[in-house]
Amino acid sequence: MSKTSNYVSTTNACKLCTPLGASLAFRGVEGGIPFLHGSQGCATYMRRYIISHFRESIDIASSALGEKNAIYGGGPNLKKGILNVMIKYEPKVVGVATTCLTETIGDNVPMFLSEFKKEFSELPLPEIVQVATPSYNGTHTDGWHGAVQAITEQLCLEKTSASDTVNILPNMVSCEDIRHLREICEDFEIASTILPDISETLDGITLEDYVKIPTGGTPLKDIKKMSGSKATIEFGRCLPEKTGGASLQERFKTPNYRIGLPIGLRESDVFFETLSKISGKKIPRRYEQQRGRLVDAFVDGHKYVFGKRAVVYGEEDLVTGLCSFLTEIGIDVILVGTGSKNKNLETHIKDITRDVATCVPEVHEGVDFFDIAARAEELKPDILIGHSKGYQYAKAWDIPLIRVGFPIHDRFGGQRTKHIGYEGTLSLLDRIINALLEKKQNDSPVGYGYL
Amino acid sequence: MSKAILEERKDQVHRTGHGNPVEIACNKESLAGAVSQRACVFCGSRVVLYPIADALHLVHGPIGCAVYTWDIRGALSSGPELHRLSFSTDLQELDVVFGGEEKLTAALDELIDRHKPKAAFVYSTCIVGIIGDDLEAVCKEMSLKKKIPVLPVMSEGFKGNKRAGYLAACKAMFQLVGTQDISDVPKLSVNILGDFNLAGEIWIIRKYFERMGITVVANITGDGRVEDIGRCHGASLNLVQCSGATLDLAKMLQETYGTPFIRVSYIGIEDMADSLYQISDFFKEIDPTIVEKTETLVREELSTLMPEIARYRKDLEGKKVAMYVGGSFKAFSLIKAFRHLGMKVVVCGSQTGTKEDYNELAEIADPDTILVDDANPLELAEFIKEKNVDLFVGGVKERPIAYKLGVGFCDHNHERKEALGGFEGMLNFAKEVHSSVMSPVWNFVPRRANRNKGVNKETGNV
Repeated sequence: MSKTSNYVSTTNACKLCTPLGASLAFRGVEGGIPFLHGSQGCATYMRRYIISHFRESIDIASSALGEKNAIYGGGPNLKKGILNVMIKYEPKVVGVATTCLTETIGDNVPMFLSEFKKEFSELPLPEIVQVATPSYNGTHTDGWHGAVQAITEQLCLEKTSASDTVNILPNMVSCEDIRHLREICEDFEIASTILPDISETLDGITLEDYVKIPTGGTPLKDIKKMSGSKATIEFGRCLPEKTGGASLQERFKTPNYRIGLPIGLRESDVFFETLSKISGKKIPRRYEQQRGRLVDAFVDGHKYVFGKRAVVYGEEDLVTGLCSFLTEIGIDVILVGTGSKNKNLETHIKDITRDVATCVPEVHEGVDFFDIAARAEELKPDILIGHSKGYQYAKAWDIPLIRVGFPIHDRFGGQRTKHIGYEGTLSLLDRIINALLEKKQNDSPVGYGYL
Repeated sequence: MSKAILEERKDQVHRTGHGNPVEIACNKESLAGAVSQRACVFCGSRVVLYPIADALHLVHGPIGCAVYTWDIRGALSSGPELHRLSFSTDLQELDVVFGGEEKLTAALDELIDRHKPKAAFVYSTCIVGIIGDDLEAVCKEMSLKKKIPVLPVMSEGFKGNKRAGYLAACKAMFQLVGTQDISDVPKLSVNILGDFNLAGEIWIIRKYFERMGITVVANITGDGRVEDIGRCHGASLNLVQCSGATLDLAKMLQETYGTPFIRVSYIGIEDMADSLYQISDFFKEIDPTIVEKTETLVREELSTLMPEIARYRKDLEGKKVAMYVGGSFKAFSLIKAFRHLGMKVVVCGSQTGTKEDYNELAEIADPDTILVDDANPLELAEFIKEKNVDLFVGGVKERPIAYKLGVGFCDHNHERKEALGGFEGMLNFAKEVHSSVMSPVWNFVPRRANRNKGVNKETGNV
């Protein structure tokens, strides 16, 4: 079923393009504005797409290349564009991501940017971070991780004095998840640098005025000091070898703990234990209580979910975390699909589900919804778990869709969905069980009031 | 250093009245770094052709272009729904090096067999323009092999702006025209051009035409069918609504087949009625009864609509509106529609207006109205504040700009799921405007809360 060997066309992709992921990550830096080096359409399309999930303004600048630039190179437009962004937005950081167009015409962006810095050295220049994100290579998650790596490598340049701060590179989680992470760190009394931090910048408040760049985001001064942190924790079993955390470890010997996205009991345990180990502090009672409530809810709900068959799709690390959780409660994950490729997803999912799963999930990388649907139809799932794009299939098969991750276009509050930690897991559990109960109730001729 | 309007964009903003001649710069490339609300050539083509429901729409390029246009619009079909799927060749690195023609051929082969479409549109994206795949050759070969029209749409994103995409789409469609038999097309017949059947709006309009005794040959392109477009040259008259999108096709039809066209609008009370009268005027020599039929229709519709409108108007009288739309033609109708609600448009902009459009806009707009071409979030926010508007009309990208400033919003673009066309649509429109403007939530947002406390009324600032 993988598309790597024999080419087949793509119908209803289960992925987005690389520059989109980079834009989202750049948006999580304080005073940061994403800048796409390419034609105007890319920036506009991505803005539209992101707005419909976050319901938040997202200004992405573009070098708005035209035909002449495509032939003679996009350097002048890139420079002019950054100058205009400086005038209009007064950013602290401009995150430049390339597109398929500028990658293919061979624009040397690092060279353009160093020329730019020389040419306009008398101006108060913002920091400029650049990342290569050809959209014919990888998915939005690669763009996200690439941007995070670029931010650490290009902004954190020297070893700073040792601190007790813990760096957390949280992967593509929701604004609410980031807020929850911060809360956890506060309860542990740990100073943290969460990069990127989209909790305010992509989930802002209504104000007196339209803010050009929303407040929040990872402070630049904190990014510069990440090298001196006690450790880095990065979420994701499917991460590429080179990441922000790996780069800090390699350059500054900042210990890097790579753990799974903390979804479900055991992956959350790993996270809390890691925090405890790094900080030397006991897990706060509050989280022991949360863990206890989660286990209690597992017990209360087990009959409703045992043996139910789930199809899970989306970003590689999100689905890995979900599989870990779902197998814990006795749901049979029969099919896992992601649009990403070469993530070793099958191995990671086998590893994390081995001891508890009652069935071995079928795992597919590089698939679209046509493939997922074709296989799922044979496997007859009871429930779909993934982002909004699976809706038409859930509707056709008359089964519930639990919306998680990005994008959530057809429901309210995607940015406020909690996925991680004991608390996030508990809210997922509630939603899954309630969806199954609702289905049971709707399908029942009696319509029992006590379930 | 910060500025809402960049020096280079100053001539794209104009204030009406005061005897100023309208000299607004427009139809030019977006300024780098200006964060334009505009998309690209590909977007223009995709918008126009997207609703043709029994065609295969294959985007040749990396995944982004296809995925961001997957079923994002509200264009409904009364039959097949092939248009709601997102097809792509999903080009990879090696294809960029060695070319994507093989993949394109394989994709077309597979998808045409799988879905048996009546035609296939193949959109070229930025990268295809750079690597130089011969789209036309692949499409030609595939047409012969599959015995359906396989049409290249030359829509490389960087080759101009959205208008260039409209033209590319019209050129592709025109290749379908003349392929079907027109012997049974009656004299009293029209084509509907430039309506996209958002939330079923074409179905509303077609009912009016039915009542007037007029046959619709082809919907171009909302609820569109390939075969209908193939025989659209048989119709006696073309009705062009979104002129940016389909005027080129109307001109091609006029030049080649002699079919006349008129520009119409189904938005608002006056323009809807005017359009119907224009059509009846055109056909009255063939069928003299059509004039009376049309008058009766308008009278009946208005007699139910107007009392309802009056109820909303009571609350809305004197409120101010800013709008930013894709094509400017819609803006004319909206200005008039708002007058029926007692509301005044004080800011009006478009992504793709022409000089003529802006001149016309200036004529019907009130003095001191801000006209703007190819705007961006900071400019729009600035205008909303300056004019202290109560409602903003735009699309998804404009919505958070309004909301962040505590201003009501009405979605009047391609993604809307409420029918706003026709007389029924006007009622929906009034309802939507009313429900947003009159919502109590605005009492709690900082700008309004402060205004109510008697602070600076113009800016809402303390």
